[in-house]
Amino acid sequence: MTRYTHVLGNRTYEFQDLKSVLACASSRRSGDELAGIAAASDQQRIAARLVLADLPLTVFLNDALIPYETDDVTRLILDSHDRAAFAPIAAFTVGDLRDWLLSYEADVSALSRLAAGLTPEMVAGVSKIMRNQDLINVASKCRVVTAFRSTIGLAGRLSCRLQPNHPTDDPVGILASALDGLRFGIGDAVIGINPASDSVSDCVRLLHMLDGLCRRFDIPTQSCVLAHVTTSLTAIEQGAPVDLVFQSIAGSQAANDGFGVSLAMLTEAHQAAQSLKRGTVGQNVMYFETGQGSALSADAHHGVDQQTMEARAYAVARAFDPLLVNSVVGFIGPEYLYDAKQIIRAGLEDHFCGKLLGLPMGVDVCYTNHAEADQDDMDTLMTVLGVAGVNFLIAVPGADDVMLNYQSLAYHDVLGLRHQLGLKPAPEFEVWLDKMGMLDRQGRLPPLSDSSAPMRLLMGGQP
Amino acid sequence: MTSPSSWDRFRTVTRARIGLERSGDSLATKDLLEFQVAHAAARDAVHGCVDFDVLETALTPLGPVVRVHNTASDRTAYLRRPDLGRRLDEPSRIGLAAHASPVSWDVVFVIADGLSAVAVNDHAVPFLCACLPLLSGWSRAPFVLAEQGRVALVDEIGAILNARLSVILIGERPGLSVANSLGLYLTWGPKLGRKDAERNCISNIHADGLSYDQAAAKLVWLLTQSAGLGLSGVALKDNSGPPELPKPVRTEIA
Repeated sequence: MTRYTHVLGNRTYEFQDLKSVLACASSRRSGDELAGIAAASDQQRIAARLVLADLPLTVFLNDALIPYETDDVTRLILDSHDRAAFAPIAAFTVGDLRDWLLSYEADVSALSRLAAGLTPEMVAGVSKIMRNQDLINVASKCRVVTAFRSTIGLAGRLSCRLQPNHPTDDPVGILASALDGLRFGIGDAVIGINPASDSVSDCVRLLHMLDGLCRRFDIPTQSCVLAHVTTSLTAIEQGAPVDLVFQSIAGSQAANDGFGVSLAMLTEAHQAAQSLKRGTVGQNVMYFETGQGSALSADAHHGVDQQTMEARAYAVARAFDPLLVNSVVGFIGPEYLYDAKQIIRAGLEDHFCGKLLGLPMGVDVCYTNHAEADQDDMDTLMTVLGVAGVNFLIAVPGADDVMLNYQSLAYHDVLGLRHQLGLKPAPEFEVWLDKMGMLDRQGRLPPLSDSSAPMRLLMGGQP
Repeated sequence: MTSPSSWDRFRTVTRARIGLERSGDSLATKDLLEFQVAHAAARDAVHGCVDFDVLETALTPLGPVVRVHNTASDRTAYLRRPDLGRRLDEPSRIGLAAHASPVSWDVVFVIADGLSAVAVNDHAVPFLCACLPLLSGWSRAPFVLAEQGRVALVDEIGAILNARLSVILIGERPGLSVANSLGLYLTWGPKLGRKDAERNCISNIHADGLSYDQAAAKLVWLLTQSAGLGLSGVALKDNSGPPELPKPVRTEIA
C-alpha cells in the first residue's frame, strides 16, 4: 500500500512507508545501495526529500520504524521521549525544524532545552534535508559538557583521545605511543587502548599500566581499555582501576545482540563504574563507539537506512550519561561508505545528530586502505569538525594504527588544528601541560627538544 | 626538533610511527613521504591483480585446477558489493559441478584475491607446498581459483563439489606496515548461509607474521579437529590448541 507520493515534473514518485522515505532521502551511500533501499535515481532522492520536508515531526512518534513490541531501542526512544521539551516544536514539520535550527533564535540554551524532546528519527530526518554547511552551523551552536578528571566540551576547547594501540598489547610498546602523544598535548579526552585480546587478565594488566602512567605524571585525564562491557565488569569485580567502561553499540536490539550487549548489561556496568567514584571533577563514566553500517553488517537494520540506524544508537548512548561518544566513521569500509565524499558527509551527520540529541560527540576521522580516501580527505573532515565544535577527535602516532590496520589522525594533525582554530585542550589538562613546562607564552605547544626539561621528565630522566 | 634517538629504545617493541619530527605543527617532509610510500603500496595491493595463469601453472603439478568467476563486473563493483563476491556466476556453477564427488571430498582448497592481490601472488603456492604434504591421507578436490572472491564464496563452491571441509586462501585488507598478508578461513560443511561465526581464521601469514610451516601446522590441527568434531567456528575455538592469534575488538568486515 502506497503511503507517500510526490509529483516531480511529469512523474509521480511513490514511497511505500516512512522508512522508505527516509532511506531514499539519504545522501547517496554504498551501504544503503548494498541493502537495496537507496533511491534509484537522483530525482527520486529529491522527491523523497520533498515528502520528508512536509512531514509533521509527530509522525516519528506515531509510526515506529522498528516495532515497539519487538525492539528495546524503539521502546527506549519512545518511553523516554520528553513531551514537555518537545512542546515548542510539536507543530513543526521536518522542514520547519530545519528553518528553526538555523535561526538566531535557536541558540545554545534553546538547543540544550530541546534535546530531550528530540528523537533519533527526527534528527536523522532533518539532517537529510540539510547541506554540510547547515550541519556545521547548527552543531557549532550546541554545547554538551561532560567531566571525569577533565572537563570536555567547553567552548573554545578541543579534546583528543590518545590511542596507543599495539598488535600484541606489548606494555612497553603501548607506553612508547602514549608518551609520544603526551608530548603533543594529546590525551585529555582519554588515553584509550583497543586491546588485541579480550581476556580479562590482559585487560586488567593494561588498566594497571595506564593508571600507573597517569599517577606517575599526575595527569588529569582518564584511561580506558576498550574491551567488551562484560570484560570490564569482571575487571571491576577484581578491583582493577577502571575509569571508563567502553562498549560498541548500535541502533536496534538485534544489532546490539550481535555485539553481545543488552541495555540491562549497560545499566549494570554504568552503576558498577559509578560506584568506584574515581572521577574528580565529574562522574560521567561511559564511553561508546558507533558507526554507520554496523546494523546492516549484523543483518539487523530492519530495512532502515544506515544513517537513521546510527542516530538510533545515540538514543542508547544517551540513556547512560556518557563522558564520550564517537562515530568511527570511515573504519567500516567502502561497502558502507564508499569514498571520501561519503565519509565526510557521514562524519558531519553523525556529529550533528549526536550533538542535537545532547551527546558529548566526538569523531574518529579515519579510513581504510580499500576506501577511496586519503590523508588529504582526513585533513578536510578534521577541519570542518573543528569548525563545527566537535568535542574530541582521536589520534595515533603518525596516523597509522598498527593494531587495527587503518588510518586515523596523527598527533601532529590535532595539535595543528588546535593552533589553527585557536582551540585549547580541556582546562585541567591545559594547566598540567603548563606545569610540565610544555606551553609557550601564547599557550601553544611548540616542538620540544630531547634535552628540554619536559621531554627529559617524560622520557624518564631528571628535569 | 626532537632527535629520533630518544625513541630508539622503543623501536624493537613497536612498529608504531613514534618519535616523528615536527616541521612547525606538521610532519617533517621525510615522514610525510614515507607515509605516502606505505599508503601507495597498500592501495596498489587492493587494486592489483592476481596472475591466475601463473598460479594455475604453478599449482598443476600439485593437482587439477578449476577457475571460477562471480558476478562482480570489475574491482569497483567488487569493493562496493561484497554480496556479488560471495556468489558464483552460472557458467562457473556448471563447470564446477563436473568435479563434484559422489562420496564427498575431504577438503577443497579455494584461492581468491580478496583485498590484497600481492598476498596471493607471494604466499599461496609456498604455503600450499608446506601444507599439502601434511594432508597425505585426505582426498582433495581440485584447486579452485576464484577471481574477486569473498570468504563466503567457499560455501557455494564446497556445496557444489560435495566437500566436507573448505579452506580459502585470501588476501587480507592491507595495512600500512604490511600490504601482503594472507589469511585462511576453514569452514566445516560448506553450504549457502553459513555465518562467519561458523568459520575458523588463521590470519597474518607474511614475512613478519606467521611462517608457512607455522600456518600449515595450525591449519592441519584445525582441519583434524573439525573433521573429528563435525563443526567449525566459535565452538571449535573453545578447545584450546595452538596459541590463538589476537583478535581486534573492532571487528573487520570480511
